Amino acid sequence: MDIVLEQVEYRYAANSPFEKKAVEDVTFKIPEGQCTAIIGHTGSGKSTLLLHLNALLKPTSGTVQIGERTVKAGRKEKDLKPIREKVGIVFQFPEQQLFEETVMKDICYGPMNFGVSEQEAKKRAAFWLKEVGMPEEVLGKSPFDLSGGQMRRVAIAGVLAMEPEVLVLDEPTAGLDPRGRREMMEMFYRLHQERGITLVLVTHSMEDAARYADKVVVMHKGRKVHEAPPRELFSDTARLAEWGLGVPEVVKFQRMLEEKTGKAFPKVCLTMDELADMLKQGGESL
Amino acid sequence: MSNMISLENITFKYPGTEKEVLKNISISIKEGEWTAIVGHNGSGKSTLAKLMNGLYFPEQGTVTIAGIQLNEDTVWDTRRHIGMVFQNPDNQFVGTTVQDDVAFGLENHGIPQDIMVERVQTALKQVKMDDFLNQEPHHLSGGQKQRVAMASVLALRPDIIILDEATSMLDPAGRAEVIELVRELKREEDMTVLSITHDLEEAAKADRIIVMNQGEVYREGTPEDIFAMGQELVDLGLDLPFPLKMAHVLTEKGIPLKQNTLTEEELVNELWTSFLSK
Repeated sequence: MDIVLEQVEYRYAANSPFEKKAVEDVTFKIPEGQCTAIIGHTGSGKSTLLLHLNALLKPTSGTVQIGERTVKAGRKEKDLKPIREKVGIVFQFPEQQLFEETVMKDICYGPMNFGVSEQEAKKRAAFWLKEVGMPEEVLGKSPFDLSGGQMRRVAIAGVLAMEPEVLVLDEPTAGLDPRGRREMMEMFYRLHQERGITLVLVTHSMEDAARYADKVVVMHKGRKVHEAPPRELFSDTARLAEWGLGVPEVVKFQRMLEEKTGKAFPKVCLTMDELADMLKQGGESL
Repeated sequence: MSNMISLENITFKYPGTEKEVLKNISISIKEGEWTAIVGHNGSGKSTLAKLMNGLYFPEQGTVTIAGIQLNEDTVWDTRRHIGMVFQNPDNQFVGTTVQDDVAFGLENHGIPQDIMVERVQTALKQVKMDDFLNQEPHHLSGGQKQRVAMASVLALRPDIIILDEATSMLDPAGRAEVIELVRELKREEDMTVLSITHDLEEAAKADRIIVMNQGEVYREGTPEDIFAMGQELVDLGLDLPFPLKMAHVLTEKGIPLKQNTLTEEELVNELWTSFLSK
C-alpha cells in the first residue's frame, strides 16, 4: 500500500484570528515496502504531516491517498477505521499511553477495538511481545512495574498487534540509552525486512536516516524542500546546513579527511565500515 | 574548593518496592565543577537527582547540599540552592508568556515586584531570550523552550543547576544551544553544574564524569579517563564518542594506527601520518 500526498496544506484553527499555516504544498510518495525518513528542524511541520498519514488530520487543501482511499480537503469522510487499522502510528514516548492493568490487556486493546476476537487478540499479544524482545512472563504483569525501555516495547507491541501494513515512527528512540536505541532501531528494521512492513521514520538522527532509509524527505518551514536517497542527500553538506540540519558524523569525518588529503573521495560513505573499506582499498591513491 | 553536593553511603528503594535502586553511593561535587552522570536506563542516575532535591529521602546515608544536611526540616532551605531543568520542555511551562513563566518561581518566593521585573529581564538576557518576553512559550522551538526553562531557574539565583536529561528531547541544534549556554554560565557565573545524560557529546564537555551501573558508581574520572574504557563502556549500555569508534573500526579492518586519539582532528592527523601519506 502506497501513501501519496498531493499539494497538502494544513492550517491550524483555520478561518479564525489564530489561523496558522503549518504545512504547505507538500507532495511526495511513501512507496510500499520501503523505509522513508522524514527529517527537518523543530517546527518544520514534520509532526503535522505525520498526523495526515492515517487521517488523524485532514488537509485543509490537497489530497492524501492512503492505499485505495483518498482523503480530500473539504469532503466529509466516513468510516476512517480501516485506514487506522492499516497505518499504525507510534507516537513519541508511547509508554505514556499505557493504561491497562496487565500487559496482556494493554496489547489486546487495540486489536479488539478493530473487531479482533479476544482469543485471537491474546494470541497476537503473546506473539508480538516476543517479537519486540520481551519475555512471555510479563504478560500478566502491570505495565507500570516495568522499566521505561520495557514499557516502550510493550506500547510498540500494542501497535504491532493491530498488524498494520505501514508503521509510522515518531522519534522512536528518544530518551533511550545508546544500547536501547540501537536495539530498538534494529528491531524495526528487522520487522521491515522480514515482514515487508512499510516504515516511515520521523527523526532528528541523521545517523538513523543514513543507515535505514531508502529515501529521505526534508521538511523546512512547512514545505518539502528536498527528497533523495541518503547518499545523495548527505553529499551536499552546505545545503543541509541552510535547513538547519547536519550530516552523520562519519560524513563530517570524511570531509575532514578530504580536506587534509586535498582530494575528494569517490563517494560519500554512510557508515564507518564503508569508510574504512574505502580507505583500505584506496590506500595512498586517496 | 568546598563541596557543593555530597552524598555519603546512600542506599535507596522506592516506597513499596524491594529492589535497591541505589546501593551505598558516595559522591561529592565541588563548587564550580561541571559533573556529568552517565549510565544506562535504570542505572539509578535520575533517582540520584531526586534525592539531591529532596523529592525522596534515602533509606540510609546522608545528603548534604551547600553545607546543609538534607532532611524533612531543611528541604526548603536546600532547594533554594538548586535549580532543576527536566527532560520535556513542554511539561515545565506554567505562564502564558515567556516573562510570566520566568516570574512564576520568583512570585512563589515572595520577591517584590520591582526586583522581580529586573531579575526576569536579566535571566532572559543571560539565556539570550530577551527578544521573546511576550511570546507564548509553546510557539518556541525545543532549544528555546529549554533556554527559557533555564532562565526560570537562573532568576532564582541558585548555586547549583541540575540538568536531568535536559537535552534528550531536542534536535542536534537545540542540544548544542543548551550545552553552549551551560558552558557560558559556568564561565561567567562559576555555577556548579550537574548533568545527567546519555549524550556522550554532552558528557565530554564536563570536568568529570561519573559512570553509574546497576545502582552503583562504576567509575569516576576525567572524560579522557572514562572514554579510555573503550568497549567496557559499550558493554555497560553506553556508547563511545565517534573518533574512538571510528579508530576501532579502522584497526579491525587492518589499518594501522599507532596513537590513541580522542578527537576527530587527532584521528585525521594520525591517519595522515601513519597511513595515507605513506
